[in-house]
Amino acid sequence: MNRNSKSYNAAVIASLVILLLIGIFLSISIGSTRIPLSEIISAMRQGNNTSKAYRIVSYVRIPRTLAAVLAGCALSVAGAILQAVLNNSLAGPSIIGVNSGAGFFAVLITAFFPASLYYTTVAAFIGALIAVLLVYFIARKTGASRMAIVLAGVAVSSFIGAMTDTVLILKPNTAVERIAFLIGGLSGVTIDRLSFASCFIVFSLVISILLSYDMNLLALGDESAKSLGLNVTRIRFIFLILASMLAGSAISFAGLLGFVGLIVPHISRFLVGYDNRILLPVSALIGSIFTLLCDLLARILFAPFEIPVGIIMSFLGAPFFIHLLIKGRRGQLYD
Amino acid sequence: MIKLENVTAGYNNVEVIKNINIDFEESSITSIIGKNGCGKTTLLKTASNLLKPFSGKITIRGEDVLSISNKELAKKISYLPQHRPVPNITVYNLVMHGRYPYLGFSRTPRKKDKEIVEMAIEHMGLNNYINKNILELSGGERQKAYIAMILAQDTDIIFLDEPTTFLDINHQLEILEIIKNLKTMRKTIVMVLHDLNSALRCSDKVCLLEKGEIVICDTPQAVFESGIINEVFKIYSKQVLIGDGTGKQYEDTKQYVFYLK
Repeated sequence: MNRNSKSYNAAVIASLVILLLIGIFLSISIGSTRIPLSEIISAMRQGNNTSKAYRIVSYVRIPRTLAAVLAGCALSVAGAILQAVLNNSLAGPSIIGVNSGAGFFAVLITAFFPASLYYTTVAAFIGALIAVLLVYFIARKTGASRMAIVLAGVAVSSFIGAMTDTVLILKPNTAVERIAFLIGGLSGVTIDRLSFASCFIVFSLVISILLSYDMNLLALGDESAKSLGLNVTRIRFIFLILASMLAGSAISFAGLLGFVGLIVPHISRFLVGYDNRILLPVSALIGSIFTLLCDLLARILFAPFEIPVGIIMSFLGAPFFIHLLIKGRRGQLYD
Repeated sequence: MIKLENVTAGYNNVEVIKNINIDFEESSITSIIGKNGCGKTTLLKTASNLLKPFSGKITIRGEDVLSISNKELAKKISYLPQHRPVPNITVYNLVMHGRYPYLGFSRTPRKKDKEIVEMAIEHMGLNNYINKNILELSGGERQKAYIAMILAQDTDIIFLDEPTTFLDINHQLEILEIIKNLKTMRKTIVMVLHDLNSALRCSDKVCLLEKGEIVICDTPQAVFESGIINEVFKIYSKQVLIGDGTGKQYEDTKQYVFYLK
């Protein structure tokens, strides 16, 4: 089968959907209490609030599974967008400061307005947007090379990290509450909190896929894309906002999950190539599967103890990032 | 066809080209020549509306380019930059990008778009490379793929920034033949060329730029005979006839040589 053919892409998507469904089932079934499929189905059918299985599934496992699916898909698509828009295969929400920007604003609102739970998503979104625009602006001033963007990201992340630390020191209670958030984890996510963020995620995802062909043109370079009639500045700005909405929303309930936004677009490109029309949906699916898998590992590796999913992601992500750097040094990086 | 009136343009408030007045004629080849940094690329970018001029007016068949939307303008003017990132896509997909101004909201190519893309690929002799990745092509083949994209864009005016630079001599000559062939398709071609011999041999008009201003813009013979090329580049030049002496191949064998003063 030709790697770029429609049938190949359809086969990839179908396989990923099957893997995702398996992942969802395992995520609902496996945990400190193992619930077999038959029990899940009968508990959900009866809808009996007093049943242990029903309560575990509907109040713990389903929100957690949905959170993994949404966070993974949002962060991966945000990563794929940032890599395409900034023309930098090392860009990802955590690398270019989106995560720390969103995290800082989320910490800020928790510290000063603890009652405003719903505003966390909006705050995280604004934080992500500010960070991404800051990095973009600095990188543009210095020629927007790949290294300039990564370095600008490091600088902005450090600065925001210092501000986050300041808030945490001034408000020590927040520090205790936000450790899980800073590491990134999915335990304790509620449907209420998810529903708000999921609106942002679904909306941004749909718009991103609709505009994905325009994103393809950016790979030709700004001048060629402009001469083809694309409003480059506008489309780049729209995608930066979409990436910030995706990353900010995911971070608002999942915390600072590292590396998923960096790794998944690379795996997706390896599978389906550079056409964003297929790359974005595939990144969304792989991101969800990857996050579900990491969350499962986080739950079962040291059972009955649980470690935050962010730690597992960093364990897997950091070596992959180093692998990319070495590959890039040999001149083999994808672009 | 496309007319620049009193156009001044540049970057960061620094004027690079000054008070340019020029009318690029329909179905003609105009070469812009000049020393490094004299504003050739700036002139090309300004004329193709990629760079907004500080002052002056640019019109296409009397219509102000500022009144034309991006997409409509992309149906009239195409531009091939010298420096560009190489995308990781197939030749077919690259050439299909040329149809972007004609695609609807869903960005789905129609039958006509696909036919035009296939014709452009065939015209450039790239049929065997249609599913090959651009990254795998040689410099010359890559340039042909980009020209196929320009062909698919189907504009009357084509701007080319140093289309033969970095190519081997075989591909240089092949690309120049392709450009001459574009003229027979009633295209108006404006290109920046560093190779003065090619510029003088292939063009209907040659524009010589110095310090952002047009010094002379005339037929190649007139520009050569004016001696201004020698003054601007601080060189000597000679016209040489290569042939069997019968004069039958006079036009084809007229060459120009340049050497230091």
